[in-house]
Amino acid sequence: MSIKAKAKMTSNNNVQVKMLIKHPMETGQRKDSKTGELIPAHFVDVVTCQWQGKEMLRAHWGPAISKNPYLSFSISGPQAGDTLLLTWHDNTGKSGEREYTIG
Amino acid sequence: MKTKELQRRAVLKGAAATGLVALAASWGLIGNLAHAANRPQMAFDADDVDGTLKALFGENGIQDSEAIVVKGPEIAENGAVVPIKVTANMDNVESIAIIVPKNPAPMVAAFDLQPGVVPEVSVRIKMGKTSDVVALVKSNGQIFRGASEVKVTIGGCGG
Repeated sequence: MSIKAKAKMTSNNNVQVKMLIKHPMETGQRKDSKTGELIPAHFVDVVTCQWQGKEMLRAHWGPAISKNPYLSFSISGPQAGDTLLLTWHDNTGKSGEREYTIG
Repeated sequence: MKTKELQRRAVLKGAAATGLVALAASWGLIGNLAHAANRPQMAFDADDVDGTLKALFGENGIQDSEAIVVKGPEIAENGAVVPIKVTANMDNVESIAIIVPKNPAPMVAAFDLQPGVVPEVSVRIKMGKTSDVVALVKSNGQIFRGASEVKVTIGGCGG
């Protein structure tokens, strides 16, 4: 479980963020094909993007987001060289964050 | 004497319990509250569209709007990975929610946007079968709806 992201200025002076989180996104409905037992739900429930200590975007997710979630969005305001902090949290309490410098 | 001793014990027990609650709050609960801030959990728990909408917006009316564009594939061969882009061509967008009415739990995602964030998000979602993909956008305190149908060849919720 980890984040990979890119934050780049676009021609209209917005910063475009594209992120991929490595995560199984188990719904809790799937059965293990060998044991026949339900695989417990395990999914990212919150993703945030912060700039200068301020939360700009908060995504609330359920298990219907695909495995290895992809998210992209754009923000006007941040400039090249600024840093964005991306965070994630899942329903089992695991979490992670990474800082990205806008290129 | 015996009653007094029992009372003292009860008081001590109470104090210990209060202490535990305080500890739980300082370690776990507060962290949970921070990550769960604003989460529309009731909407995620709902198993039909009406319940989802009620959990999200209460009794507020929802207007169809052509300013909301939901872009997905016309036909998705794999329902486990359906790319969806929602664009709201309107000002002061506070939130965007995505729901798939025919999924067992329709609520997929909600995004809270602060001023400066362009009201457009792209994600990949799971779809159990052919369904509309509905975007609900809150702007200037009003709720607007846009939708687009995606035909699903192989569903992506079970397995």
